[in-house]
Amino acid sequence: MSTSTKILSFVFLALGLSLLAQSEDTLKIKPSYHEVNYFVEDNEACLTCHGEAKYILEDPENERSAIKRMGPCKVVDRDKFYTSVHKSFSCTDCHSGDFMDFPHSIESRFEEKLLCMDCHGYDETYAKYHFEGIEIEFTESAHNKEGFSCWSCHDPHSYKAFMRNADDLAEAILYDNSMCLKCHADFSEFSMLTDREEIVLVESHAWLPNQAAHFAKIRCIECHTEINDTILIAHKIMPKASAVKNCTECHSKDSRLMHTLYKFESLEQRKGGFVNSIMINNSYVIGANQNILLNRLSLLVFGMTLLVIVFHTYLRIKNQKKS
Amino acid sequence: MVSKKLYLYPIWIRLWHAINALTFLLLVATGISLHYASVDSSLIPFQISVVIHNICAIILTINYGVFIIGNMLTGNGMFYSKWRKNLWPKLWKQFVFYAVGIFKGEPHPFPITKKQKFNPLQKVSYVFAMYFGMPLLIISGFGLMFPEKISNAIFNISGLLFYDVLHIIVGFVLSIFLVIHLYTCTLGDKPGTLFKSMINGYHEEH
Repeated sequence: MSTSTKILSFVFLALGLSLLAQSEDTLKIKPSYHEVNYFVEDNEACLTCHGEAKYILEDPENERSAIKRMGPCKVVDRDKFYTSVHKSFSCTDCHSGDFMDFPHSIESRFEEKLLCMDCHGYDETYAKYHFEGIEIEFTESAHNKEGFSCWSCHDPHSYKAFMRNADDLAEAILYDNSMCLKCHADFSEFSMLTDREEIVLVESHAWLPNQAAHFAKIRCIECHTEINDTILIAHKIMPKASAVKNCTECHSKDSRLMHTLYKFESLEQRKGGFVNSIMINNSYVIGANQNILLNRLSLLVFGMTLLVIVFHTYLRIKNQKKS
Repeated sequence: MVSKKLYLYPIWIRLWHAINALTFLLLVATGISLHYASVDSSLIPFQISVVIHNICAIILTINYGVFIIGNMLTGNGMFYSKWRKNLWPKLWKQFVFYAVGIFKGEPHPFPITKKQKFNPLQKVSYVFAMYFGMPLLIISGFGLMFPEKISNAIFNISGLLFYDVLHIIVGFVLSIFLVIHLYTCTLGDKPGTLFKSMINGYHEEH
């Protein structure tokens, strides 16, 4: 083989490999799915329709077909599902096998959905997640109303335990807040659970200085839930009137953020002697992140200055009397 | 007794100084209250402190602009120039006067004239306060007022942390300057003489 042929072969091989790599990204069923789930092919029986924004409705008797839009709440994103906490599941682990019939029967469509507690409750395996405590909190929450369930916030097809494994707190905050905003910033979802006629999220938070910074740096639940020291994320959403409005609850040495957003950062990383220093990894909270060294140094300098002034005044008065 | 009267402080300087003093005092009080905020015992309620602090900061900034432009347009800028000339011997002379001479009734080593409003210690401290401290305080303060505008990381630490610590340190240093400034203003012929000058514009010596 001549050198030029070798070079050409190498170029074609490289091009071929790059095309392969590119096509992997656009594949519907990615190899990574098989690494986490044994039922990928079985699940495709559902995802062929429910994994797409549209599906083909066929009428074999009359030999006709039509393209229909899949309702957004019925679409399961494959990438999100196979990276979620339920990534190893088969669809029929939670949904009735009756769904394998198409069109789905009316009985299967009225099927009662499983809730978190049905699998996770009162089970030692999941004890550390305190699902029982979460259920109690939910029943006392402002969200405990007709039509509201765990799934209203936590989509089981995409849910990730972001906060527990947060490497990037900003990303985890965004993820958590998007759960709230799914309804509280989208009237079509909001109106499913309330009779209120409009969403006034921005207006009702107008009192908050630097609103955008607050929305990006903390979760909605920091102010809208009651502190619970046992469970990771408080679920008792308080009525609107009881939401935290006193700035110093966060902006002080005894910041409630240490009991909420930063609660589970058990080993506080000391950073240059700052109070509540773990917050500094993500933000700087006026009042809550005082630097002990700077505080002491400032008091010392201020005290010394006053001392010199008092001493100088004393000498001036003494000498004035003499003269 | 012969009294010497010099018109040293024109109306714009006195107005600028009064606004600067008032806003700065409010900024110090609200700044301390915000820094040491507590759930039940803040000096001033947090939300009120934020509003006062922000409003005063804007007024102080505009007023600082008046000071800079005024210094450029009038002769007042010359009192802040050439401060490095023969600096250390002059500083030492003034320091020795404050530390020893003043108690012996010695005359001021750098008497106030139409061309020399400040003694060397005053000049250096005013130059540092007004031309180094104030810009740093204003820039860092506006970084905190508009946190979305500042870099996420500066020198490998959070941008917000950098601006806040800088703001607190410069704010504290300027507060100490204020305390010393207030005290040295009592060193006139009588403790109230220099304060009176800043009200009526005339420097008086007997």
